[in-house]
Amino acid sequence: MLELIVISTLNGVLFGMLLFLLSSGLTVIFSMMGVLNFAHASFYMLGAFFGFQLTKWIGFWPALVLAPLLVGAIGMAVERYGLRNTHKHGHVAELLLTFGLAFAIEEIVSMIWGKSPVDYRVPALLDFPAFTIFSTNYPAYKLFMLAVSIVIFIALLIVLKRTRVGLIVQAALTHPHMVGHLGHNVGRVFMAVFGVGSALAGLAGVIAGPALVTQSDMAAALGPILFVVIVFGGLGSLPGAFIASLVIGLVQTFAVALDGSLASAFGPLDPSAGPSVLTDIWNVTIAQVAPIVPYLLLVIILIVRPMGLMGTRES
Amino acid sequence: MMRKLTLAIAVIAPMLGQAASAEDTIKIGYIDPLSGGGASVGEGGLKTFQYLAEEMNAKGGILGKKIEIVGLDNKTNPQESLVQAQKAIDSGVRFITQGNGSSVAAALSDFVTKNNTRNPGKEVLYFNYAAVDPSLTNDKCSYWHFRWDAGSDIKMEALTNYMKDTPSIKKVYLINQDYSFGQSVRTDARKMLGAKRPDIQIVGDELHPLLKVTDFSPYIAKIKASGADSVVTGNWGQDIALLLKAAADAGLKVNWYTYYAGGAGGPTAIKQTGLDHQVFQITEGFANSGNQAAMDFEKAFRAKVGISLWYPRAVNEMRMFKAAAEKANSVDPVKVAAALEDLKFEVLDGGQGLMRKDDHQFFQPIYISSFGKLAANEPFDEENTGWGWHMVSKVDTAQAMVSTTCKMARP
Repeated sequence: MLELIVISTLNGVLFGMLLFLLSSGLTVIFSMMGVLNFAHASFYMLGAFFGFQLTKWIGFWPALVLAPLLVGAIGMAVERYGLRNTHKHGHVAELLLTFGLAFAIEEIVSMIWGKSPVDYRVPALLDFPAFTIFSTNYPAYKLFMLAVSIVIFIALLIVLKRTRVGLIVQAALTHPHMVGHLGHNVGRVFMAVFGVGSALAGLAGVIAGPALVTQSDMAAALGPILFVVIVFGGLGSLPGAFIASLVIGLVQTFAVALDGSLASAFGPLDPSAGPSVLTDIWNVTIAQVAPIVPYLLLVIILIVRPMGLMGTRES
Repeated sequence: MMRKLTLAIAVIAPMLGQAASAEDTIKIGYIDPLSGGGASVGEGGLKTFQYLAEEMNAKGGILGKKIEIVGLDNKTNPQESLVQAQKAIDSGVRFITQGNGSSVAAALSDFVTKNNTRNPGKEVLYFNYAAVDPSLTNDKCSYWHFRWDAGSDIKMEALTNYMKDTPSIKKVYLINQDYSFGQSVRTDARKMLGAKRPDIQIVGDELHPLLKVTDFSPYIAKIKASGADSVVTGNWGQDIALLLKAAADAGLKVNWYTYYAGGAGGPTAIKQTGLDHQVFQITEGFANSGNQAAMDFEKAFRAKVGISLWYPRAVNEMRMFKAAAEKANSVDPVKVAAALEDLKFEVLDGGQGLMRKDDHQFFQPIYISSFGKLAANEPFDEENTGWGWHMVSKVDTAQAMVSTTCKMARP
């Protein structure tokens, strides 16, 4: 049992940190521009595919740096030439732009790399078991993913809380006009934030690609979970996104590990009643409903605390 | 004027040409996943059928007609499959083949049956090469559906017969996909193991979402914690490859009793864990079966297509289609269906098979093989691992027969 708890915690934290890499950018972009970026998960997918392609050409380590930069550049271009132009038409136009972009990116990716999974492998240097606990190996690559996420998290925290740049970004979050009047180029700040947010998503893609599956529907599979994370954590709140990412990561991993069902809690139904819809529901285990648990959490938090865990305003 | 005329001819002429050639072509609609989690096996299947069509066309086709395989992506989704099936029928397809996903198969079988009642004279046949939910040839059986793969109950019967004689099995973990097929594997495994080896303990019984899981390490941690020595799974496509990959990463050393460990990605993961002859699969044929004709076919197939032959049943399906059409001297679906009933056929890997009239299930010899280091007379490895499939047990056609509850509505 202890073994299961330790391994599940490791797996859960890892998945949570990966979610944080993605949700941090999304939530900051939202609080700055008031736009929910539907294409955010697509930047994650682009990161994975760029990572795969660059790894083939120049190796994994240069790809780890170059692919996020590329994705960041695309993100900046989207902000500069797309969102900034549609901004004057209101939020709906911006929302539709990112929505359309998500579809366009998916189609382009499947046109270039095909629809089936690509062979994106863990680099040979990290392809060994890092340590063994209770006779279960923990892959070095997963440890590496964890390390990268933590380093990025700390760097992000320092930049936002301890530097002048962070000060301006934080001020622009709440009082963009005042920041503009003080002589800062708010447009450029927005563009930079959008670029960094996309680059983080791209980085998540590069490191998650070999561990998970790199294919053209990976954005659609992860997108909904991201929205759960940022709404759960509170729209626009970075600490909220951090906590929510970890909670969702752990909840999803542990839900898989649990076998409890209504039947095991209250005993089986009277067998003479025969199989029915009710017996189906009665015998469903927590592990089986694991994929919907995050959405259940979303519904609950919206009822109990609509602004999210750490949010400051009603969403 | 002249230029316009030339242009018109240039546009119309190929259309005319097509119209003329359509008469001489038999179109087979291949409806399977060409995107998403099932794409790796779906594309392999498409290439297999295309290879078989080319091979037949080179020898004059069926009754002088060329065969054309039309690939249609159903995203492993029953609704999408019906859209694709309608599209195929509208473009002149009278034969549909599908294999991945019994949920899809049930929808298609129902669709084809309704289509044929509503459109007499425009009947469509459905050739199922891999969807093995027993209900398709039992309570949900249809006259227009023919299955070339052994049903899940047949496979589990053979697999548990083998497990019965392996005394080292004490604790078994079941992990399957959460839909009709996965559920039938789990129920059959519980029932048959309970009857044949009551001393075996079922230490886990897992159903996970179909083709949605991208990281199986939480499930592997659970299997590890349960103390199981053997795992039984009907997983296919991405779900078996990623399951084995996560097991390899975690260093999980158990015996695997599987239906589809040989699919894309599986062999690589098994080699990585070093499970020498500890992973078993049950199939109607495999590369090292020892049958000369099958081995020659495998060699030519690999050289041309670049993958192993996962579907010897696809070979049987296409060749039997040809045999039935020639017997009926017609490619009309109604006549082909009648000719297929009770048709006896020498299968690719040797031995005689039978398409039973009562339920349209094809019965054939089936094999249990294990994956590991190769013997001298076993030339084929998988995915360049140097390891390959080795025969463990063979079940002859007569022993692989099971009874059916099908009450077939005949036209």
